Amino acid sequence: MPQSGDKVLDHAPLFQQPEYKEMLANKKMKFECGHPDELVTEIGDWTKSWEYREKNLAREALTVNPAKACQPLGAVFAAAGYEQTLSFVHGSQGCVAYYRSHLSRHFKEPSSCVSSSMTEDAAVFGGLVNMVDGLANAKALYDPKMIAVSTTCMAEVIGDDLNSFIIQSKEKGSVPEDFDVPFAHTPAFVGSHVDGYDNMQKGIISHFWEGEERTETDKINIIPGFDGFAVANNREITKMLDAMGVEFSFLSDVSDVYDTPSDGEFRMYDGGTKLDEAKAALNAKATISMQEYCSPKTLEYIAGKGQETAALHYPMGVQGTDEFLMKVQELTGKEIPEELRLERGRLVDAIADSQAWLHGKTFAIYGDPDFVYGMTRFVMELGGEPVHCLATNGNKKWAAKMEALLASSPFGKQGQVWAGKDLWHMRSFLNTEPCDMLIGNSYGKYLERDTGTPLIRLAFPIFDRHHHHRFPTMGYQGALTVLVKLLDTVFDKLDDDTIVPGETDYSYDLTR
Amino acid sequence: MAKDHANGPEDYEAMIEEVLEAYPAKAKKRRAKHLTVSKPSEEEPDATTGIASKCDTQKSNVKSVPGVMTIRGCAYAGSKGVVWGPVKDMVHISHGPVGCGQYSWSQRRNYYIGKTGVDSFVTMQFTTDFQEKDIVFGGDKKLAKTIDEINELFPLSNGTTIQSECPIGLIGDDIEAVARQKKKETGKTMVPVRCEGFRGVSQSLGHHIANDAVRDWVFEQEESDAVKAYEPGPYDVNVIGDYNIGGDAWASRILLEEMGLNVVGNWSGDATLAEIERAPKARLNLIHCYRSMNYICRYMEEKHGIGWMEYNFFGPTQIAASLRAIAKNFDETIQENAEKVIAKYQPLVDEVIAKYKPRLEGKSVMLYVGGLRPRHVVTAYDDLGMVIAGTGYEFAHGDDYKRTGHYVKEGTLIYDDVTGYELEKFIERVRPDLVGSGIKEKYPVQKMGIPFRQMHSWDYSGPYHGYDGFAIFARDMDMAVNSPVWNLYDAPWEAGQAIAAE
Repeated sequence: MPQSGDKVLDHAPLFQQPEYKEMLANKKMKFECGHPDELVTEIGDWTKSWEYREKNLAREALTVNPAKACQPLGAVFAAAGYEQTLSFVHGSQGCVAYYRSHLSRHFKEPSSCVSSSMTEDAAVFGGLVNMVDGLANAKALYDPKMIAVSTTCMAEVIGDDLNSFIIQSKEKGSVPEDFDVPFAHTPAFVGSHVDGYDNMQKGIISHFWEGEERTETDKINIIPGFDGFAVANNREITKMLDAMGVEFSFLSDVSDVYDTPSDGEFRMYDGGTKLDEAKAALNAKATISMQEYCSPKTLEYIAGKGQETAALHYPMGVQGTDEFLMKVQELTGKEIPEELRLERGRLVDAIADSQAWLHGKTFAIYGDPDFVYGMTRFVMELGGEPVHCLATNGNKKWAAKMEALLASSPFGKQGQVWAGKDLWHMRSFLNTEPCDMLIGNSYGKYLERDTGTPLIRLAFPIFDRHHHHRFPTMGYQGALTVLVKLLDTVFDKLDDDTIVPGETDYSYDLTR
Repeated sequence: MAKDHANGPEDYEAMIEEVLEAYPAKAKKRRAKHLTVSKPSEEEPDATTGIASKCDTQKSNVKSVPGVMTIRGCAYAGSKGVVWGPVKDMVHISHGPVGCGQYSWSQRRNYYIGKTGVDSFVTMQFTTDFQEKDIVFGGDKKLAKTIDEINELFPLSNGTTIQSECPIGLIGDDIEAVARQKKKETGKTMVPVRCEGFRGVSQSLGHHIANDAVRDWVFEQEESDAVKAYEPGPYDVNVIGDYNIGGDAWASRILLEEMGLNVVGNWSGDATLAEIERAPKARLNLIHCYRSMNYICRYMEEKHGIGWMEYNFFGPTQIAASLRAIAKNFDETIQENAEKVIAKYQPLVDEVIAKYKPRLEGKSVMLYVGGLRPRHVVTAYDDLGMVIAGTGYEFAHGDDYKRTGHYVKEGTLIYDDVTGYELEKFIERVRPDLVGSGIKEKYPVQKMGIPFRQMHSWDYSGPYHGYDGFAIFARDMDMAVNSPVWNLYDAPWEAGQAIAAE
């Protein structure tokens, strides 16, 4: 008997015990009617071939293992970054259970959000009653300062009109007339979570700004974009801007709500952009988006209000951070202080110390469009060579920008850009044109398994590692975190390859 | 209430009243029908537990109240996420926009053995990734092409299921016609499932629809070679409603096999299509998750004359009782074997209880899970000397609450389709020593300083079924309850920290 009270074996070791191995072999032989092992091996090998890659790339209808989610997820994330704001997603209720789970699994934090729980009858008659009751209940139970309404694809298909529904709900007394209920239509069959982020952001600020007079101040606004590392990155951005003495407001700051302390109290809301601040953000001199593809409509709206706007691509590494700081300097006239120059210098020092271990290493990178851009740029800065750059939710414009970026450096020569492709395509790419490292999210572990490419988790979601998101990836300090992850991957792999005593361990060096 | 904490039935009644106060009138009236305290019952006590109580809430399996933060999911989650998703040698298409498939991708830990992407497909996300044009012009053509591409790229897949997301039923697509056509072209099993998320009130209707799809698109089709070739034997059983979470079905199968039974099919964890197809040839259906798969058992009974029985492999008391009850359906050899199996594992049980019971005895537990575990795991806690203070289901029906009365003593707090607000308030007042619920509840509860274990996913541990699983279950509950972290919540310099002067 494999199990004992003395040393309890859970699934990983338990099913490796002979009793279970025999049982499973028996199940396979007697009951499963599977394909012959030789055939499975043959097909398995075929899936690694160039021929298969061609077939795989010829797909027109099927998507396998995409690296994107749907709009409302981004909307819920954006709304979570405002003071005491509850997301209310109008439509089927299962979706909300999914967004909450998804966010909780990544942040290891509570994620609160309500649904209007529409069912068959609402599909026929529309969801007005659900909205009227839902807003009243959400307000009464959860005491939000603001309820941000978005939609599931069900509500979009039947064509429920949020603006009219919210007006009618207020007329029926669900929430007071002056209670803030911004909204955004977030159809899941258009774009991805980054578009949902954009739509909700626009919904919230236009709610506060419409019909208001703008009086320009020296402040700037920062739109962080959809970022799994926002908890640490927003704090890093704050640190840099504080050092410059820049007055600024985040438009959506989730750093506190997805990082509450454990001290006996559950805080459903914490931190976030104050609603007054969101209102006053109209008066800012300029708005900088850290992620262009998370904010096109929002920035367009802001520019229409008379502000200067600028958009970056997930600034990482030396030049990415330089560009961000210089953009802030340009917009505010504030000097970049010595302490940031020293921080930059320390990062450059670290890169110089380690450059030999990354120079010429090849990378496959996937994730949201801005992340892939910022990461690719940083990899080239380190002397690494991006080979496959993939964004399932990247468009032609993004691809063109990526091509230009790769063309800007000799390290980008091998780079191929894959807009709209998925992780099953990436499997083919890695099998046919292998890379030393893969940068992505937790879903990349299947690629690591199938292609033997070591995975570095730097993008949302990260489910199978804890607390990575608590350390920044943006700014000079964040670049250091990323650098160490890349280096550790190189060193761990090298140690693994040289660990057999008397066989490979001549290279098992103490000093590297 | 004057007291800080609610404990016991009178307090619970008052607490329910108090918690309901926060609701607007209409919602209050609706929610009141889902909250109760279990009452004494006239019924004969259950043979295994010695318990009979009345746990029924006035209402269950009805629509959730809008805006209250229900914890429930949807029909798609019930069909793709629970019933069909674990079938390993078929491709399951999340048909519609990208989200549903993404959020449910690899999240239920249905373990399986197979080469993923070659002959097994459980931890993959196949979707038609609907765009606006598919909504406007319909998605049937895209679906047909998707199935063609699956057959080309995944030639060893033994069939395809079409798991409908919300838009499908709303735009009037005919996925059945596509399925019939593709079956004709490929000869492979095609299963269209109308599990759109807006159907029904929870995951539950999705289970039912998925069961019906097995009936219509697997059973009531031409017999496959796998079925024809199978010679039924006198000891053939199916395990129904074990999704092999963390290997549960394996830890169960080993016991049934030791007893001399043949598990010809396991529904649906680690299952191949052949295991599903062959099920009607078995002697007996053993059903673990009654809520999600009783429908197909009733059908097999009606159509093929196969009996079914419920069993429970959580904790030694229920395992032993279940092994004996299962054996009763077979000859003396099997009955003797059952005793041998129980005797074989007794030392392990004794060892586990001796080690963990002293550390857990008297600790109170509040559960909130899906459609089975809120009652099924109760005895496993009893076996460790733990006490159930409250329990509730996301998507139970009336018959589940009837069955709950065999497990849960009178005076227990019962909550159906509990809302985030209610659960938080109940936990705050009852202050149990442990809460067992899902990922959405885990972090809020832990912030409050209360130990927590996920009881859907076993918190990434498991298996919990069977004797081997019980050892892990006991270890995990101890790990949660007796972690040193709960004593670190208060900073020692905080005002009002009186040092206990014993």
